[in-house]
Amino acid sequence: MAEPHRNRWLHYFAVLTALATLGLVGMGGLVTSKGVGMAVPDWPTSYDYNMFALPISVWLTGGVFYEHTHRLWASIVGTLVVVLTRWLGGHKSRRPLAIVGVSETIVGFLLPLLGPDWKGAGYFLSGIGGVVILAAVVWVRNAPAPGSLPRLGWLAFALVQLQGLLGGLRVLLDAQVVAGARLGTVFGIFHATLGQAFLVLLFVIALLTSRWWWKHRLPGRPAHGTNSGGLDSTIVAPIGSRLALAATLLILFQLVLGATMRHQHAGLAIPDFPLAYGRLWPDTSPEAVAIYNERRMDFTAPNPITAFQIDLQMAHRLVALTIAVLVGMVMLRSRRAFAKVASTDTSDHTPQALRRLSVFWFGLILVQIALGAWTIWSNKAADIATMHVVVGALSLVTGTFWCLIAFRRFEPQWARAGAVSGSGLQIEPIFESNPATAVSK
Amino acid sequence: MKIESTLIAVIGLAATLQLASAGNIVGRVTIEGAPPAEINITPLKEDVNCGKLHTTMPTTHFYEVGPDKGLGDVVVMLKGVTGKSTGASAPPAELDQKGCEYVPSILAVQTGQKIIVHNSDPVLHNVHTVPTVTGNPVENQAQMAGAPDLTFSFPKAENFLKFKCDVHPWMFAWVTVVDSPYFAVTDKDGKYEIKNVPPGKYTVEALHRKLAPDGEDKDVEVKDGDVTVDFTMKVK
Repeated sequence: MAEPHRNRWLHYFAVLTALATLGLVGMGGLVTSKGVGMAVPDWPTSYDYNMFALPISVWLTGGVFYEHTHRLWASIVGTLVVVLTRWLGGHKSRRPLAIVGVSETIVGFLLPLLGPDWKGAGYFLSGIGGVVILAAVVWVRNAPAPGSLPRLGWLAFALVQLQGLLGGLRVLLDAQVVAGARLGTVFGIFHATLGQAFLVLLFVIALLTSRWWWKHRLPGRPAHGTNSGGLDSTIVAPIGSRLALAATLLILFQLVLGATMRHQHAGLAIPDFPLAYGRLWPDTSPEAVAIYNERRMDFTAPNPITAFQIDLQMAHRLVALTIAVLVGMVMLRSRRAFAKVASTDTSDHTPQALRRLSVFWFGLILVQIALGAWTIWSNKAADIATMHVVVGALSLVTGTFWCLIAFRRFEPQWARAGAVSGSGLQIEPIFESNPATAVSK
Repeated sequence: MKIESTLIAVIGLAATLQLASAGNIVGRVTIEGAPPAEINITPLKEDVNCGKLHTTMPTTHFYEVGPDKGLGDVVVMLKGVTGKSTGASAPPAELDQKGCEYVPSILAVQTGQKIIVHNSDPVLHNVHTVPTVTGNPVENQAQMAGAPDLTFSFPKAENFLKFKCDVHPWMFAWVTVVDSPYFAVTDKDGKYEIKNVPPGKYTVEALHRKLAPDGEDKDVEVKDGDVTVDFTMKVK
């Protein structure tokens, strides 16, 4: 096997993109926490200005600052993702990028013909198309990144544009009601959830391009092969990989619950913690809810709360408790099982890494629960609520990392079957196998 | 010409007789029990532009309680009286944005009546209407400092139609749209007067954003002169 060559700059760039996206998620969280999602009532223009030409005096006014900054930041992340896609896809990505870019540009120029209302959207699409074309004309003949990375790049490319569109639709369709649901709320929830999934994807790309990922793969394990590392894959069960997967999926569900709560702009449906209206389970009878509403003094979320919103927050609390138990079990099982593995093979650092990662993960969950409590005690202070969103996202990223590392190292039966049949995600190799081939493929 | 003059005189007389035979519903809304204390609107005071417009910490005013327990900002109207709106010819109601707050925060208008929204602040606001009744328009219009007034009107009756400013998320006004001219908003003493109500039996409804969001009803018979209908809203 040739000495693998690692493109460290690609990894650094992937990390930069992931961190920029984490910041964007935080900024988006701040927009919702502040309740200023409609502070700029038009899109993709801002107060009828080109987004990049909004006067600073307007930008610095109240909630406009948060919403407009979120849009600008999103533009930067979009550009980073286009570059990342080009880098991961290698020179082979030039043609598809050119096709997409030219198509977007043409459609962007045609849209204003539909009417003046489409002018802004047309220019915006043309702008995106221009950036994509620029990426396509970069002539460097770099090789595509190995394994699934080019496909992950294209997935990120698609998601970032979908995410931008969802953000825009959340503004444009804010007032529309379909089947009793306000589209602004629906798109807001989708936008928030997809943002978290997108963030996970970029962190996964950063992990899969890292030195650590290659260095600590199973010794002697074939690049595309099934588990042949000498460790019994039945160890998966005691380690709790399925528990970790369940916890990770539950965190994703919890983020959807949280996004649903936040995008209803109902403020705090329950103002106390750990009790709920002074009880273990609150009274949600109409009489009780009427009393709660009388006493609520929330000046940024003045709509009356409903029994459904109270139940939603209780569900959020219960799911949080379940996640904590699951991740705690993963941590305990990891400590036991990996201590045994590490003692038999001191050259293998993955078990120790998983053990440490599980401790970090559990710590994050505890911090997240504390932030949730603090959000309530602070009457949903915007900065605390936003930190709650960001740490929630990091918890999802950490869970995903744990699962990826564990499944690669102690590949469970079902994943192995998927790999053999070709349906499984190839999570290695990650590095270009040779400096020479890296530029000539 | 003579016929026209006679006709006008007859119509005028009929109108005078109608008014003469109309009554007024007067009364007072009081609060029983202690409402929660109002809280500081800290983000307003901390806002770079809006904070300068207040010398003291602004507070919420969910409960406008006057001397002798009078309750202000209660909308009182005749329930079930529809199709009597004179909103199209009524003088416009006014809503101001002053100190980064809507003034007044509780307003009542007729269907079709114009609402003039003024921006007295040296700062951008956006006036965002959020109705819940189908047929009332959602609008979201920016209003720069010194910009011309904005005009709104709503064709359907709706209780507490929300006006908000997304730039300053603590800014709300609640406009109740009534399909008749028979309504009033209580003053700081809790007093109100609904004028020129034709004789008949009615249900008077009192709405308060916190204490009676769905309204409290009382039946009344209006004859010539004043009839008193008082309400007491209890803090639970």
